[in-house]
Amino acid sequence: MKHVLLLILSVALVSCAKAVRPDMSAILNDTPAANLSEYGLFEDAGARQPSQGVVKYDLINPLFSDHADKHRFLFVPDGHSAVYREDDVLDFPVGTVLVKTFAYDERYLETRLLIHKRDGWEALPYIWNETQTEAHYAPIGKRIEIAAGVAGSDVPAFTYAVPNKNQCKTCHQNGDEVHPIGPKVRNLNHQGPHGVNQISDWAERGLLTQLPEQVPVMARAFDPSETIDAQARAYLDINCAHCHKAAGSASNSGLWLDWEISDPVKWGVGKHPTAAGRGSGDALVVIEPGKPLASIMSFRVGSNEPGIAMPELGRALVHAEGAALIDAWIAQMDAVP
Amino acid sequence: MLRHVLVAGAAIAGLVACGPGEQNVDAGDPLAADATPQTMDAATLQALLISVEEGGVVELPEGTIELVDGLSLDVNSVTLRGAGQDKTILDFSGQSGAGEGLLITSDDVIVEGFTMRDTKGDGIKSKGADRITYRDLTVEWSGGPDESNGAYGVYPVESSDVLVERVTVRGASDAGIYVGQSDNIIVRDSLAEFNVAGIEIENSTRADVYNNTVTNNTGGVLVFDLPDLPKIGGHSTRVFGNQIFDNNTRNFAPPGNIVASVPSGTGIIVQANERVEIFDNTLTDNRTAHILLVAYAPEFTDERYNPLPRDIYITQNVYENGGYEPQGDLKMLAMLMGGDLPDIVSDGVNAWPGHEPVDLGLVIDEPETVSYVSLGLGAYPLDPKNLSPTDQRPVSALGERLPTVELSHDK
Repeated sequence: MKHVLLLILSVALVSCAKAVRPDMSAILNDTPAANLSEYGLFEDAGARQPSQGVVKYDLINPLFSDHADKHRFLFVPDGHSAVYREDDVLDFPVGTVLVKTFAYDERYLETRLLIHKRDGWEALPYIWNETQTEAHYAPIGKRIEIAAGVAGSDVPAFTYAVPNKNQCKTCHQNGDEVHPIGPKVRNLNHQGPHGVNQISDWAERGLLTQLPEQVPVMARAFDPSETIDAQARAYLDINCAHCHKAAGSASNSGLWLDWEISDPVKWGVGKHPTAAGRGSGDALVVIEPGKPLASIMSFRVGSNEPGIAMPELGRALVHAEGAALIDAWIAQMDAVP
Repeated sequence: MLRHVLVAGAAIAGLVACGPGEQNVDAGDPLAADATPQTMDAATLQALLISVEEGGVVELPEGTIELVDGLSLDVNSVTLRGAGQDKTILDFSGQSGAGEGLLITSDDVIVEGFTMRDTKGDGIKSKGADRITYRDLTVEWSGGPDESNGAYGVYPVESSDVLVERVTVRGASDAGIYVGQSDNIIVRDSLAEFNVAGIEIENSTRADVYNNTVTNNTGGVLVFDLPDLPKIGGHSTRVFGNQIFDNNTRNFAPPGNIVASVPSGTGIIVQANERVEIFDNTLTDNRTAHILLVAYAPEFTDERYNPLPRDIYITQNVYENGGYEPQGDLKMLAMLMGGDLPDIVSDGVNAWPGHEPVDLGLVIDEPETVSYVSLGLGAYPLDPKNLSPTDQRPVSALGERLPTVELSHDK
């Protein structure tokens, strides 16, 4: 009953107001809003039309998430801006909201918010209702059955997993804090959905300051004009390095897959596994140069079995294109004599 | 406090039952219920583990809870308590996500009184979880030794002050009780059986492993150090007062994992570690060798790493019927020496590429009735041509004994 009243109330608000503005009290509240609409991030109940000040963006290389379409938005509070950082995620001010909606075409599944609260980032999952009029706070996540063909013409039926709040943290962990993953400057530096370069656009909008002359660009993981090395390392960076880095959830593996790592052993060449268990697939090392079939990395990226599949969270399907890239990369490495 | 958490838990259970997506774990009518729920489903349990407040207790009712996903806990000072190992069963045989059954990432947590069964990956993992207690738990794979079982049963890693007591682990395809890259550790009064490694202390410092029963594993107790990990340089472990017998199960570890090289039939293995004391243990019927002291054999590039076991003190153990049927690489070496192996076997490796031979500092303070051999290999890779066995015990001075491990949360 209370829910229904709230819903009616929020619908009423949305329909009366001429221009919805993000609600800073909801954004900074210690308690997550029960409904996505309470943040005022979108003009409409279906979250198709961003409110004033909420900017759509995309990434050069996205994380693979079972072929879901992702709609990303940034909100930076009025009068504030993010500070440029070369290798890390941009330094977003308190009150920033990163919005990511996962969808198959027009069917929205979930919207994840990363909110920079006064004492750090918080990850908040919201799940869309059947009628697509509201998304409700869902800290324990959900499993959603996806019919064959929905995620792609040749994709069979599968179970899509909305992560729970702790699982959000598993991937977004940086030391003891929750941290965004995608919006690093090198991963944003291209022509975005507004048809202009996102970095200069954000600077012009006043969302980003202290921009240097030269801004690095990430290699496109599936652009054959890049070297295979650059493609594969770019793919690993966005799909694996959020855990496989010194301050990440998989730090204890000693397998560090961020773009900046230069020691081949650290990104797996000739490296023995630590806690792979049956995830080793009978291979002896993470990467056996020249031999994807003898490489644990190929085995785990190519599996969708729990306990074997990597990443552990965020996908139920194998990313065939990604697995093929990793295989091709390992295959062309010079074999150890 | 306890009662409040229970009340909140019951209220949440009611809300969650309305259907996924509609629950709000921050709400809850305290008048809705006032008792521990009689049954619990997986969603309710995970909701409780998210909503529980610091210092709270989450009680698991008697019975079996079927899980399709891994559980996780990220709130400090929480106790997760079942009705007993034989009463509360978390059944993961239908698990379809996550790399372990339960992941703990907060400090000062106690998990006790339940059974975890058939997780797809590891059983319970705690990472960066200081002052953790694992107590009165069973973690098992019900089909017995099998390559497809999860790697570790109980798996604290990158933590300080770790207590594991009265825990039973069965069937892990790597180590039953595994403590990795941690400092200040006690593993006691536990049972490890039918795992590849019963108890393993790896890349860790200051550990006491005592009063455990370790049987029917491939190898009983392992004290290892491996290269290329954030924390290396394992040292200061005491293995004492354990019953270590019949560790003759075939090695069912998937190849590639370090324990896949453990010969079936070993009681205690020290590999690449500094300052290890082995005393007052009873070692019986381990067919390859009761105690193995070995270097890390594969090639490595990590310049921080020392692959040798050094400053090892062995005294006052009871040895019965060991080394009668050596397995693995040691089988071939044993055949060259007449077939059997003595109670204590050192590989005699004392150097690695780029380094001069060193005195390993082995002190074998046992009666003459306890047999010993150094294989005298000098350096890896393993080459039977380099075999120069000697039963001459090394003469090294005994340094200061290690102090007892004390944990801040185990007073």
